Amino acid sequence: MSAVSSAPADTGPATSPSRDFGIGRRLLAVAGLVLPVALAVLWEWAAAEKLISVRLMPPPSKIWATMAELAASGELKTHVVATLYRVFVGFALGAIAGTLVGAAAGASEAVRRIIDPTLQSLRSVPSIAWVPLFILWLGIFETSKIALIAVGVFFPVYLGVAGAIENIDRKLLEVGRVFRLSRAALVRRVMLPAVLPEWIIALRSGLGLGFMFVVAAEFMGAAEGLGYLLVDGQQMGKPDQILGAIIAFAVLGKTCDAVLVLLTKPLLAWQDTARGTL
Amino acid sequence: MLNLERLSKTYADGTVALTGINVEVGAGEILALVGGSGCGKTTLLRLVAGLDTATEGRVAVAGETIVAPHPAVGIVFQEPRLLPWLSVADNVGFGLADLPRAERAERVDHALDRVGLAGYGKRWPRELSGGQQQRIAIARAFTARPKVLLLDEPFSALDAFTRASLHEHLLLLWEETKPTVVMVTHDVEEAVTLADRIIVMRPKPGRVYETITAHLDRPRDKLAAGFDKAKRRVLNALDRSLRPETPRPAGADVEANASF
Ligand SMILES: Nc1ncnc2c1ncn2[C@@H]1O[C@H](COP(=O)(O)OP(=O)(O)OP(=O)(O)O)[C@@H](O)[C@H]1O
Ligand SMILES: [Mg+2]
Repeated sequence: MSAVSSAPADTGPATSPSRDFGIGRRLLAVAGLVLPVALAVLWEWAAAEKLISVRLMPPPSKIWATMAELAASGELKTHVVATLYRVFVGFALGAIAGTLVGAAAGASEAVRRIIDPTLQSLRSVPSIAWVPLFILWLGIFETSKIALIAVGVFFPVYLGVAGAIENIDRKLLEVGRVFRLSRAALVRRVMLPAVLPEWIIALRSGLGLGFMFVVAAEFMGAAEGLGYLLVDGQQMGKPDQILGAIIAFAVLGKTCDAVLVLLTKPLLAWQDTARGTL
Repeated sequence: MLNLERLSKTYADGTVALTGINVEVGAGEILALVGGSGCGKTTLLRLVAGLDTATEGRVAVAGETIVAPHPAVGIVFQEPRLLPWLSVADNVGFGLADLPRAERAERVDHALDRVGLAGYGKRWPRELSGGQQQRIAIARAFTARPKVLLLDEPFSALDAFTRASLHEHLLLLWEETKPTVVMVTHDVEEAVTLADRIIVMRPKPGRVYETITAHLDRPRDKLAAGFDKAKRRVLNALDRSLRPETPRPAGADVEANASF
């Protein structure tokens, strides 16, 4: 597959429009910042005018100062690294398991009929409900946290992969048959590329759920991590720290998703979709 | 080259798509299948391609019974069915995975040139028009050098002008290796332009209604009297085949075999 380098041979006119859109696209990228910045300014102003309780709703400048302090002492880095580590390991395990089980369910009707009903009902169990069990089984340290995150990541990936395999276009499989591909070649040359877009979407929603579950995991009692900052902020009455941690979650989640999209973009260069950006 | 012997196909739901088809197609012959919707044309091609199995009778290519897709048989579907994740060149070379790179590239370039799309190899299928995609599908089938090539209404979605130019591309490719061609079409002019023999089919159950042999020189002159006469013959047979079943005139129980 010639993914990255396959710019059309002679699309002279096709490249110039993108240059025309350049400025517009840069404006669009900034557009996403308008709302949070406006809210922050309004908030700051309301706090300065004493329209809101500064003690419960510290203004952005106070949040920024608190986070800067945490960052300067190196504490913030420790928490971010701890959370990211849990998400990554949990995501990797959940994504691998979800992909394998999803592939088995997608490939075999019998397997799907046996495991799918059970998995579907387990899926509706709220994340917090697993916490006591995982603590009993795996202790209160890293293992139970990572297991919880992996469970969260598993389900969307499983559903996405199983659905993608079921939805592979029979007509394209027939092309493979006509050229007498072996079973392995059919998987490699037709089925894998066909499920790739949906697989990546499944990974993205898995990663999103990973960030949801990491909070639940860190509420189990953690000595570090952004979830710990939340709990600590509540117990110590530091709303600025809580809000700072929430913002940090938002930034981390968005960044990780963007990285995933960026990494997988070359694989999907062939796609004919409206999704130019994310 | 291609033999259909007492070929019948009844689908799992009881639909009798084909009954007792006996056809012999010579090496290098171009055969056109015409007939109303649902008379089993696609079913017939799928049986020859080995994508479905016959209920009764058999398909043989050069004496060999077809039970699964066969290297000597290629097919162009009604839709282009290009793999969207492969470049145009990789689509054309899809069936040549076993060949060395250089030879594959050479064959691909040659086929692209023959269908008038030289230089389009690096594009994505989505960047091509419908007619261009169909030409890629034809090139893909030809590069595998099949001895029997099946075409299922390959041009039906295209305008008359594009279709006429694709006929030329198809004949150019055909002349190189002279495969046996079976093509389904709804366009009588297309059938007479391309085929040596035209089989008119009749539905419920699908069977051969009339066979018309065209003794016309290639390249065909659409203004020649013979061309028009052949066209009218086919139209006439097609027209009769679409009417509700009435006892056929003289010799009704034998398959009519007309020549001109
Ligand atoms: N997979 C299938 N299962 C059941 N019946 C089928 C199936 N495929 C086709 N048929 C039936 O078999 C008959 C012949 O179908 P076929 O597709 O071969 O017709 P056709 O001549 O190609 O028609 P058209 O010109 O509309 O493409 C039809 O009655 C159709 O409904
Ligand atoms: Mg058909």
